[in-house]
Amino acid sequence: MTSSIFSQLFQTLLVVLLAPLLLGWVNQCRAWLQNKSGAGVLQPYRVLHKLFHKDAVLAENASSLFRTAPYVQFACMVLVASIVPMVATDLPFAAAADVIALVGLFALARLFAALAGMDVGTAFGSMGARREMLVASLAEPALLMILFTPSLIAQSTSLTTIVEVLAHHRFVLYPSLAFAAVAFAMVALAENARIPIDNPATHLELTMIHEAMILEYSARHLALIEWASAIKLANYSAVGIALFLPWGIAAAGDWQAIPFALAALLLKLLLGGAALALLETLSAKMRIFRAPEFLGTAFLLAVLGMLARLLLER
Amino acid sequence: MDSSTVALASFQPIDVVLGIVVFWIALGVLGLTARQNLRFIGHILFPVSAAGSLILAVTGVLALATPPETRVLMLGLPDLPFHLRLDALSAFFLILLGGASAGISIYSAGYFRPGETLVAGLYGLLYHLFLAAMAVVILADDAYLFMVAWEAMALSSYFLVTSSHRIPEIRRAGFLYLLIAHLGAIGILLSFGVMQGGHGDYTFAAMRASHLTDFWASVTFLLALFGFGAKAGILPLHVWLPEAHPAAPSPVSALMSGVMLKTAIYGMLRVTFDLLPVQLPWWGVVALLLGLLTALFGVMFAAVQTDMKRLLAYSSIENIGVILVGIGLTLVFHAYAPGPLAALALAATLYHCLNHAFFKSLLFLVTGTVLHSTHERSLGKLGGLIRRMPWVAWLGLVGTIAIAGLPPLNGFASEWLLLQAFLATPGLPSPYLSMLVPVGSAAVVLAIALAGYVMVKFYGVIFLGQPREEKLAEAHDANWFERVGLVWLALGCVALGLAPAFVLLQLDHVTSLLTGNAVGATAAQSGWLFVVATSPERASYSPLLFLLGIVTMLLITFVLVRKFYHGRVRTGPAWDCGYPQQTARMQDTAEGFGQPVKQIFEPFFHIERQMPSPFDARPRYQGKADDKLWYALYLPLARLVERLSMLIGVLQRGRIHIYLLYSFVTLLVLLLVTR
Repeated sequence: MTSSIFSQLFQTLLVVLLAPLLLGWVNQCRAWLQNKSGAGVLQPYRVLHKLFHKDAVLAENASSLFRTAPYVQFACMVLVASIVPMVATDLPFAAAADVIALVGLFALARLFAALAGMDVGTAFGSMGARREMLVASLAEPALLMILFTPSLIAQSTSLTTIVEVLAHHRFVLYPSLAFAAVAFAMVALAENARIPIDNPATHLELTMIHEAMILEYSARHLALIEWASAIKLANYSAVGIALFLPWGIAAAGDWQAIPFALAALLLKLLLGGAALALLETLSAKMRIFRAPEFLGTAFLLAVLGMLARLLLER
Repeated sequence: MDSSTVALASFQPIDVVLGIVVFWIALGVLGLTARQNLRFIGHILFPVSAAGSLILAVTGVLALATPPETRVLMLGLPDLPFHLRLDALSAFFLILLGGASAGISIYSAGYFRPGETLVAGLYGLLYHLFLAAMAVVILADDAYLFMVAWEAMALSSYFLVTSSHRIPEIRRAGFLYLLIAHLGAIGILLSFGVMQGGHGDYTFAAMRASHLTDFWASVTFLLALFGFGAKAGILPLHVWLPEAHPAAPSPVSALMSGVMLKTAIYGMLRVTFDLLPVQLPWWGVVALLLGLLTALFGVMFAAVQTDMKRLLAYSSIENIGVILVGIGLTLVFHAYAPGPLAALALAATLYHCLNHAFFKSLLFLVTGTVLHSTHERSLGKLGGLIRRMPWVAWLGLVGTIAIAGLPPLNGFASEWLLLQAFLATPGLPSPYLSMLVPVGSAAVVLAIALAGYVMVKFYGVIFLGQPREEKLAEAHDANWFERVGLVWLALGCVALGLAPAFVLLQLDHVTSLLTGNAVGATAAQSGWLFVVATSPERASYSPLLFLLGIVTMLLITFVLVRKFYHGRVRTGPAWDCGYPQQTARMQDTAEGFGQPVKQIFEPFFHIERQMPSPFDARPRYQGKADDKLWYALYLPLARLVERLSMLIGVLQRGRIHIYLLYSFVTLLVLLLVTR
């Protein structure tokens, strides 16, 4: 029991502390791909450090909701990080939520972000909130269909069980998972405010979604939000890994496998981050009203995956 | 044992419920004696009535576990007494009625203002008759009493809806409500008629014993679906909801949306699972499809509304859709593979009914306070009220999170269970259903996710941002009675969300009555902290750990940030990318917030746009999104009825000798026929 609590704390801290590194890695890769030298993988930490030391500037009419929301978002993301199996599957906290509840937790953080975006009452804040909620509500049906396929295979929506079944039972290739994985990648791009749905690097007013929502934040509040979105990217990657590439995650109680599991996780994240950077370099941001088509494609792929599972793999 | 203890021992929950019904009616009549005395009616009558509601809820909880009891009242027509019965299903809906109305009544105590249109005493009478009628609907054990109570419920609520009857729109809304309520009542009456099977005994006991063929059972089901669907607001009989809810005073809207819609769900469950001998799988498919359509339709229209109460009315349509999906899923499971899955789907359905009663009542009451303190119902003229009305705003946030289906509150718990039931549908024995029903779950999730969108709009436009009108600076917070009512309902949302395993254990009595299976033991197998859908390996969820986790992380983060970094804060004008001269009119309006939904789901709306031409000196843009069904179904139907009545009107000549001729001809025809 103590060992599993230890592994729980270890994993949570690991994700929280290393999530900005993943973001830095993605940015660095993108800089390289665009023939720039880049700011180095540690740049997100420098940004966080700078933001934490600044004086916070709040709008005059900001309510207490505005000041609470960053903490709620951060707490939600840390909670997700303690539920998704990344290194080992013995997480005592994982029983508190299956993958549907995880989606709910992401949605809770988003709701607070959107409400805080509307709190000051500026044109951009409410526009960002509206767009963020729109993209999310179109992404969620696709996400559920994606989750259907692995949960049909594992007969479970609990992430630990899915990892156990996929990684530690007989090795089987599931074509249905390939469809679901592509769809998941598309949904993850949309949910994490990446190109082609949103551009995290832009401050061009009319194209912003996520950035528009947090425009009024500064200093420590902004730092928490930036940190939370870094953890969110790591969490989404971890969910993707757990569902589609779980090989390497250590089984419960298998202490020898931990170093190997860590190395595997690092490798997967490095490759995934590089792939994300490549994707973002190759594609352009699309108009907001093209987003339904993009997410509709993800939905269709997910349904195909589920049908493939039901028709072919039984 | 002396006689008094015998009397006490035979004093069953059903007697307590009957006592409460009588008590409510008496309170209503008592209010008539001091019709204008706001202090007496507000501060004494309604709090006492709320105590009655609480007793009702507690009695319901006690009655869940006790075996069904019956009573026969020697009232009504000679040889046709009233039959009453209290079983687990009735007890559950009595809990819903008592729990929600306790909050609404205590809120009502603070809601009266001098100079409002309806006399307080009359309002109190109608309100309590409405409550009593709902309780009797739930208790009734014969079609006769059921219909009497059903009509009493419809009429008392009609008069409550039209309490501001001097406004023509409200009279129209009331008429529409009454019309559809009666269309529905015909459907219900006919379904009872089919079920009694020709032997003239209208007690439910006789109906349970009757042997209907599959065809007649299906006819009954469809009639009941139509009849109860009209009351619940199922597509295409939903049109009265967005008209009647905004017209009614807010506590009445809360009662209608939170509780009265559930009596229709009660009726549907009673007829389908209790009174009918068989349940056919295709009924489930029909209910499922109708539910999906209703849910999506409701939420899309909620997204484009600009009136806060209309928005909530459409959101009620969405939630009724979700509940109907649950009923459909229960039917499908029950017909194909009777087992714990049907019980799971049913438990999710009932749970959602209870949750909706709490969060929708809460939100309607929130709009009531906003309406009272700002005299404004249009979202386009509100904004920034969190600064003027913190109590209402923070309690409203609880309702918003709950209705958006987010953990750890109650909306999520029931929707999680429903999705878990959906996840089992690929195991259905029918190959088509096993593939198509899971895709239906995506529609449910779309509805739930869009509900989140709608609630951000609702909450954000009313409570956040800058006030859009000058007069909002004078808005005042809720008074103490209103606060107590709101707190009660918000606590209900939290408690129902945090203890799903406990709720499911209680629901076992209902699910085993209707489907013969229970889920409570499964749900609570990992301890009271967790709720488990079918097995702990499959899925578990613990709202309490969620809440603790979030709160702990929040505090740790807060303390760490405060400890390691300075907490300096400056305030200044909003930045907004450096644009100067920001006014409140530059925020998203309600129309603006709904615009993406209107654009993406355009085929579902009937949209009228007025575009300015390039040469307009005073350009104006107007876009109106209406209900397509109104133009495709209701208006043609109304025209048809009008034409028919014109034709029949030919008979009406206004001369006495022609009418005498009619009587004579009728007499002749009758004699010929009966010869």
